Amino acid sequence: MAILSIQNLCVSFQENMAVKNVSMDITEKKVTAIMGPSGCGKTTVLRSINRLHELSAHARVAGRVILRGEDLYALDAMLVRRRIGMVFQRPNPFPTMSIYDNVAAGYLLNGLRLDRRELDALVESSLRAAALWDEVKDSLRKRGTFLSGGQQQRLCIARALALRPEIMLLDEPTSALDPKAAASIEELIVRLKDSVTILLVTHNIAQASRVSDFTAFMYLGELVEFGLSAKMFTAPGDKRTEEYLTGKFG
Amino acid sequence: MRGAVYSRQIMDKIFFSLVCFFSCLSVLPLILILGYLLVKGLSALNWRFFVRLPQPLGEAGGGIANALGGSLLLLGTAFALAVPLGLLVGIYLSENRKSRLAGYARLSVEILQGIPSIVIGMVIYSWLVLPLKSFSALAGGAALGLMMLPVIVRAAEETLKLIPSALKEASLALGVPYYRTILRVITPAGLSGIVTGILLALARVAGETAPLLFTAFGNPFWSFHLGRPVESLPHLIFYYATSPYEEWHRLAWGASFVLVAGVLFLNVSAKLLTRRWRVQF
Repeated sequence: MAILSIQNLCVSFQENMAVKNVSMDITEKKVTAIMGPSGCGKTTVLRSINRLHELSAHARVAGRVILRGEDLYALDAMLVRRRIGMVFQRPNPFPTMSIYDNVAAGYLLNGLRLDRRELDALVESSLRAAALWDEVKDSLRKRGTFLSGGQQQRLCIARALALRPEIMLLDEPTSALDPKAAASIEELIVRLKDSVTILLVTHNIAQASRVSDFTAFMYLGELVEFGLSAKMFTAPGDKRTEEYLTGKFG
Repeated sequence: MRGAVYSRQIMDKIFFSLVCFFSCLSVLPLILILGYLLVKGLSALNWRFFVRLPQPLGEAGGGIANALGGSLLLLGTAFALAVPLGLLVGIYLSENRKSRLAGYARLSVEILQGIPSIVIGMVIYSWLVLPLKSFSALAGGAALGLMMLPVIVRAAEETLKLIPSALKEASLALGVPYYRTILRVITPAGLSGIVTGILLALARVAGETAPLLFTAFGNPFWSFHLGRPVESLPHLIFYYATSPYEEWHRLAWGASFVLVAGVLFLNVSAKLLTRRWRVQF
């Protein structure tokens, strides 16, 4: 069942058309990967789902993005972003906040009041879900920036999970990490899909094949092919996908 | 050939010695000033110096309590006026770097920094002193605040510009409204730079005399009233140092020492703060 439906999405920055008429349905509680060479528009697609594209003044969007039947462009951007979690390329914990406050940031910064016990429980469950609890449970009051890169990225995942998002957007979450930390994040992604829908952008073909149920291949702003990963990585339907998978470009 | 190399080496040595010599020389004025103030001012310092008011001529044992209190009141007023305004302008400039308004605002702030302090005093005189019909701490504070403003704006802008945009995106992606993102994520991350700028701005205006001459004016008595004239350290120094009385000269030296010690303290705190509070991204 599709939780998120992208319909005829076009995004342009001034003269430059970054995303051309992309449509796809994202299945609930599955991992969907968007792969493609750099500059193909995959990150732009991701950012126009939680409307972060609005940060750049020149971005123009056409088309619709429907989350559980609601047009996201008709809602308030702040409310959209609270329902959709995002994790970025580089871990970006809030440097002035403790580990605890980082996880609770979605509530603290938004001024959503929770009582102490509820918040404690939420922080613990989010950290557990992000497979970080055992490593940080004795140092919750320390700054988040003291953690290693991989731990920081899991902290950012916990921060997004704490708001109980309906869908998580991961923008190349392992590209700034060392291989070991990257592997632990991949493991985490696979575990998380039981509870949350994940949309993962990656330029790493192997990663897409390891963790995703569905894969979309984008090239030059177009959606070339979209379908079950098992099929795409064994018998791609489009010649460009095949060339990309076999390393002819990208 | 060997001669040429040799003479170049000699030139090198001479050049290096000159550079060293003038570097040492540049430290000298500060040391001399501090030393001189110490010698001249220290003898004036005692408990009564800090807590008593100036005594009538001919009576010994006067203090500068009125000027200390007045200077604090003036700096406090300047702080209250300049910090919120400067911070907001700095935030605007760092957030909207290329807008036309930012260009104009940046230019105006730069020019404001170059306006002579006596002119600022005169303008505040006609804006605040004349309409309110009284010299006042408020007018003095406003004049000092106007001088602090450019420093705070620049410090805020420069500091906030360096904060990675990833931080802003992280906050916005959690659905945090823009104003809360700026006030609770971006500004705290740049706090050390902003506070440093504020301390340096305070240090800079603490010794300003010219803008106070016809705004805060001076007052030989205690006053903590914003609408009344107040004494200030630099004005007291100016007034006493130009008087013909030995006792008053002594007080002026003591006050100079206190003022410089205060400015030094602000400068050193600013330096330490930048080091200690640095936020790691």
